Amino acid sequence: MNLAGLTLHQASERLRRREFSAVELTEAVFQRIATTDDKVRAYLTLARATAIEQAKQADVRLKQDRTSSPLLGIPIAVKDNFLTHGLRTTCASKILGDFMPPYDATTVRQLRDAGAVITGKTNLDEFAMGSSTETSAFFPTHNPWKLERIPGGSSGGSAAAVAADQCIAAVGTDTGGSIRQPAACCGVVGLKPTYGRVSRYGIIAFASSMDQVGPITKDVRDCALLLQTLAGHDPADSTSANRPVPHYANALTRDITGLKIGHSAEFFVDGMQQEVALAVNDAILRMENDGARIEHIMLPHTEFAVAVYYIVATAEASSNLARYDGMRFGHRADAKDLIETYMISRAQGFGTEVKRRIMLGTYALSAGYYDAYYLKAQRVRTLIRRDFEEAFKHCDVIVTPTAPTTAFRIGEKTQDPLQMYLSDIYTISVNLAGLPAISLPCGFDDQGMPIGVQIIGRPFEEDTILRVAHAYEQMTEWHKRKPRIGDG
Amino acid sequence: MKLTRAEVERVAVLARLHLTAAEEEQLTEQLDNILSYMDKLNQIDTDNVEAFSHGLHSASVLREDRVTNQPDADALLANAPDRDGTFFKVPKILE
Repeated sequence: MNLAGLTLHQASERLRRREFSAVELTEAVFQRIATTDDKVRAYLTLARATAIEQAKQADVRLKQDRTSSPLLGIPIAVKDNFLTHGLRTTCASKILGDFMPPYDATTVRQLRDAGAVITGKTNLDEFAMGSSTETSAFFPTHNPWKLERIPGGSSGGSAAAVAADQCIAAVGTDTGGSIRQPAACCGVVGLKPTYGRVSRYGIIAFASSMDQVGPITKDVRDCALLLQTLAGHDPADSTSANRPVPHYANALTRDITGLKIGHSAEFFVDGMQQEVALAVNDAILRMENDGARIEHIMLPHTEFAVAVYYIVATAEASSNLARYDGMRFGHRADAKDLIETYMISRAQGFGTEVKRRIMLGTYALSAGYYDAYYLKAQRVRTLIRRDFEEAFKHCDVIVTPTAPTTAFRIGEKTQDPLQMYLSDIYTISVNLAGLPAISLPCGFDDQGMPIGVQIIGRPFEEDTILRVAHAYEQMTEWHKRKPRIGDG
Repeated sequence: MKLTRAEVERVAVLARLHLTAAEEEQLTEQLDNILSYMDKLNQIDTDNVEAFSHGLHSASVLREDRVTNQPDADALLANAPDRDGTFFKVPKILE
């Protein structure tokens, strides 16, 4: 039996039945990493020694306590933009160097408290700025389904690690699609919760009005279990929502009778891959055959979302990244005076995409351009949110593609930033409006690359999107397929 | 042209980024291209639309001002590029 290939709920049940120990499970995962990560390159830092220690402690707890969290003893990979106490955190940037966090992000503390085993830190686009994990300052991650393809981004390392069975589940962050798009590219499940549902404390800030933490898993039930641990109010994050958390696994009833599914023509644009449109429409048809009703809705401002996002997100990023000045932590260059030290430290420490976004954001916020770009974008953002509010009067969820194409080739879009930005076209309006959305597998193209379907919900209705996702998943076999790494 | 090379130089100073001549040239072209794309927002009349503000819960959050962490100067200074005892050592600010 290949233990690393288990889902979270399977592994958790078998740990409780003593079929194997948490140490054996953890060792199986590290064995899998040893045989595959020279090809996939999902991890930036491995934490084998501490992981085995955590697994030993989990085994002790498993003997004593049968009511504990389903995460107890489960190997989980963490994107390298979460602070992990005593475990190197880089955000895939040279400017952080060998930064050693003095505290844990709330998510990491929640995982540790639940008894999860942290396998290591996964690769990402530098500062989570990218859609392919190619902007990592260290190396690109490869898609386990076809190694010459991107795994998506920015949580490409986490999604690839889940797809390659290099962990049982993972956590990522999503500012414009960074959980959902890599989940789609790698054929796994990824959920971006409502803004405020999960604490942002201790994640390295990119665009604070949109950043959100979420699970990346092998199936929808795992996604519900992991979200259960992450969701909730955190006094350390003033934007975290103080409202009750539903029992997500209880929402997985497989019953979607009478549920109203919004279908928007704006999400099926020219230039999208035909197989993606067909697979997503087929998914909607299956939901309809299962008792759901289709409502045709309008989201007329969708085509403006990319422009709005790349103004708002870069403006926020330019401000958030001002802290990397080489004074208290991170890279500092030798220079003749203070201003030069700032300018050269940042020039040496940041990569090309990060510099481009800092420049764009600084420009959009600078005197004379603020009204034309930043303020204009924030007004159009209001219209995008209103579109969703209006649509959700007529439907319970909205079903769309997650990305316009399957995973593209490494290097294919690096020379054209605007084309790269347009690959986020279906995911970013969800962040602009602060809504929850999940991506799960709904087919494969003729090259054998996975296709993702996105289900968007009303604020704080993660339970509803999980219910729809689970009902669809249980009608299909897509989530059971596994990549054969390195077989072409 | 939305953007000139001189503006790129000005913004780089605001952003505290030293750019090479090649970077300036490439960024002028790329940012110009991206900003031209952003112009599509001008198709929309937003005269009577308020700017987005925190959407889902807008009330200020207050809490008691209480120390909850243990002071640990060494852990914080461990990441410093330069230190002097329990101080961060930084380049001279005043002449």
